[in-house]
Amino acid sequence: MLAQVLSPRALRAALPAASLVVLLAAIFYIQPRAMSYFGLNLMLQYAVPIALATIAQMFVIAINDLDLSIGPFVGLTASIGATLLASSPVLGVLALIGCVAAYAALGALIHWRNLPSIVVTLGMSFVWLGVAVIILPTPGGTAPGWIKAVMGVKLPYVPFPIVAAAIIALVVHVVLMRSAYGAVLRGAGGNARAIGRAGWSLLKIRMVMYAAAGTFGVLSGLSLIGLTSAADAHIADRYTLYSIAGVILGGGEFVGGRVSPIGAVLGALTLTLTGSFLIFLKISPDWQIGAQGAILIIVLALRALIKRREG
Amino acid sequence: MPEAPLPIVDFSNVAKSFGAVRALAGVDLTVRPGECLGLVGHNGAGKSTLMNVLAGTLSPDSGEMRILGEDIRQRYSVALAHQMGIRCVFQELSLCPNLSVAENTRVVHPTIKGPGWRGRAGALILGKLDEIFPGHGIQPGDHVGDLSIGKRQMVEIARAFTVTAAPLHLVILDEPTSSLDAVTAGQLLQYMRKAIGQGASCILISHVLGEILDYSDRIVVMKDGGVVAERPATGFSRDTLVAAMGTVARAPAAGQAAQAADRREERPLSVRVRPKGRPGGAALEARRGEVIGLAGLAGHGQTATLLQVFRAARGRDPDTEVTGAVALVAGDRQTDGIFPLWSISRNIGVRSLRRMLRGGLIDPAAEAEMAEDWKRKIGIKTPDMNDNILSLSGGNQQKALFARALGSDADIVLMDDPMRGVDVGTKLEVYDLVRAEAARGRTFLWYTTEMDELKNCDHVFVFRNGRIVADLARAELTEEKVLHSSFTEDA
Repeated sequence: MLAQVLSPRALRAALPAASLVVLLAAIFYIQPRAMSYFGLNLMLQYAVPIALATIAQMFVIAINDLDLSIGPFVGLTASIGATLLASSPVLGVLALIGCVAAYAALGALIHWRNLPSIVVTLGMSFVWLGVAVIILPTPGGTAPGWIKAVMGVKLPYVPFPIVAAAIIALVVHVVLMRSAYGAVLRGAGGNARAIGRAGWSLLKIRMVMYAAAGTFGVLSGLSLIGLTSAADAHIADRYTLYSIAGVILGGGEFVGGRVSPIGAVLGALTLTLTGSFLIFLKISPDWQIGAQGAILIIVLALRALIKRREG
Repeated sequence: MPEAPLPIVDFSNVAKSFGAVRALAGVDLTVRPGECLGLVGHNGAGKSTLMNVLAGTLSPDSGEMRILGEDIRQRYSVALAHQMGIRCVFQELSLCPNLSVAENTRVVHPTIKGPGWRGRAGALILGKLDEIFPGHGIQPGDHVGDLSIGKRQMVEIARAFTVTAAPLHLVILDEPTSSLDAVTAGQLLQYMRKAIGQGASCILISHVLGEILDYSDRIVVMKDGGVVAERPATGFSRDTLVAAMGTVARAPAAGQAAQAADRREERPLSVRVRPKGRPGGAALEARRGEVIGLAGLAGHGQTATLLQVFRAARGRDPDTEVTGAVALVAGDRQTDGIFPLWSISRNIGVRSLRRMLRGGLIDPAAEAEMAEDWKRKIGIKTPDMNDNILSLSGGNQQKALFARALGSDADIVLMDDPMRGVDVGTKLEVYDLVRAEAARGRTFLWYTTEMDELKNCDHVFVFRNGRIVADLARAELTEEKVLHSSFTEDA
């Protein structure tokens, strides 16, 4: 039993949660007042959009691709949400559906022409940004009231972002990790040829995964304007790197279809909290990105150590 | 007299070309219900192409294809093959390493879905594993990536025999025993006969001719993309089978290996290694110019010992003495051997880059020269050494890996069961090469699961549970002794 708990696989699965706990403990030690409903709510405010973007990235990484356009895409959907969706809901919904369809089409293109996803999505990131700037040339717009209402829900005892993150993690976990088709989807990342030989359409799998990524990108953009009430084309530019870091922090691997939705959400929470942690440490914002990178390197180094034991 | 049952597979004049290479030159193939068809031939004879056509992963350029009497040539696909009850265990494993055993089973059975699918898939595969390989020690929740290569092959084979909605008519076993030890290989072949007794059919592809002769009803010999002989298995002997494939039959080179043994103590030591992790057991000693065999059942510490020697050659290790440079010929060539994006010549030259440097850069002329040299010496079948390594058949890829090690400056060559799935002709050529290189002073540590290969060794160490349990000189080597040492504990 003990051997099982201490096995490298178990340790690896526990690492994302352990990193989060260590970080929380450090924050509470430095700033005990953060250990409250209000404190957690404030610190984790932006966890929901980051977690959703991380999940979007995870779908793409699960089939050995990488999405370098998720940040600008979230910016675009936020811009649509704060303009079209508020002014003419039908048109707004259609536009957002179009965004998801565009993502699925990208997946089809990448599969059909056998293109490197990095190149395609890097190119698309400028397209998304350009469209967002056309829709919303200057920061502004207003988020629809119902989104603000959802994001502003006050739950008893547990802050909303924590509940929302848990729901996101569980739903995606059930769909991707526990469902029968989810096994096929992940299998395509592990050994695409075997999945093809078993009679599954790899084109459809890639389109499903990209459509899922697009859907979560849309949700991320909407949840973001629910918090900020206005949008900006550049509002989520950093999310590309946040989402990749979140997946990797959460125990995912760039290749091989090894991903974990629960881990990815925990990774997103950890990344969100590092910001607050660094503020509590009175580190100037100029250094924050670097410090976040350092935390990422420490966690990845720990994982490499565990992996060495595994091998 | 009742009409003969429809053949499961009835191919006539099936042809397939890859560019200028004619992989199948009009092949006729019939498989009847309840028979085991043995399929043999050199690497590159077209067996794998034919099986890929049969499994639906490749579509032929021309010819007639009937499955269960139905003409399916125009609409054949992997999915249809599965629906019509044709399963294939491919030579390169087709499991997803990131999924569990149960999930991998579900991948080939689209009908296993809905709540509780995991349990049903697990029960299905576990039942079949228990049936074929009693005492296998595999759990449905195990991740395939954590399993040894032998266990993965067991899962893959068992998975091919599982039945849900689609019926099971024909299982293609392409080198099924290449990663299995003698016991599990026997379990598989016996199960195969049992399944045939129940009305299924099998196509068995193997380079172990004994398996083909003992377990198939009919044997088809392929050469250069065509069928060159077809007879009931009883009509062949080992020698006639080898002759039909186009290699000259030859008695194993007994005796010639032994000559060095008597002067053993005089030679300088090149490797002394005591397997780590397990106390007790003897140490392995290799002297200059010797071919040392590492025997025993698959996965009992032979590979670990080779890697220990490999590491000790670069770092320091109190338990291991290594004098000289080492090179390793990997057994799992897809993961540990080839660089899949590189050309054949680069794959050969990568171990000898230092020698080919000119002004800090690789000299292309030297690289090409080395590649051509080894193409000649070891007989790699390719029009151009600058082609991608994956354009070669499996056996020729392995030859390139041998060329990499033998062409290097290494004094000690470690071989990790490198002959898996390699045809007889290539094997005999490599045996000669190994003997010749040993005579020139190179030392070989050779892990192999095949008795025939041990006969080429000067000295054999038998491994069991990570320990060396027997130390046999060439003169005292017999199959019984090796088997006896491999199994003592269980017997």
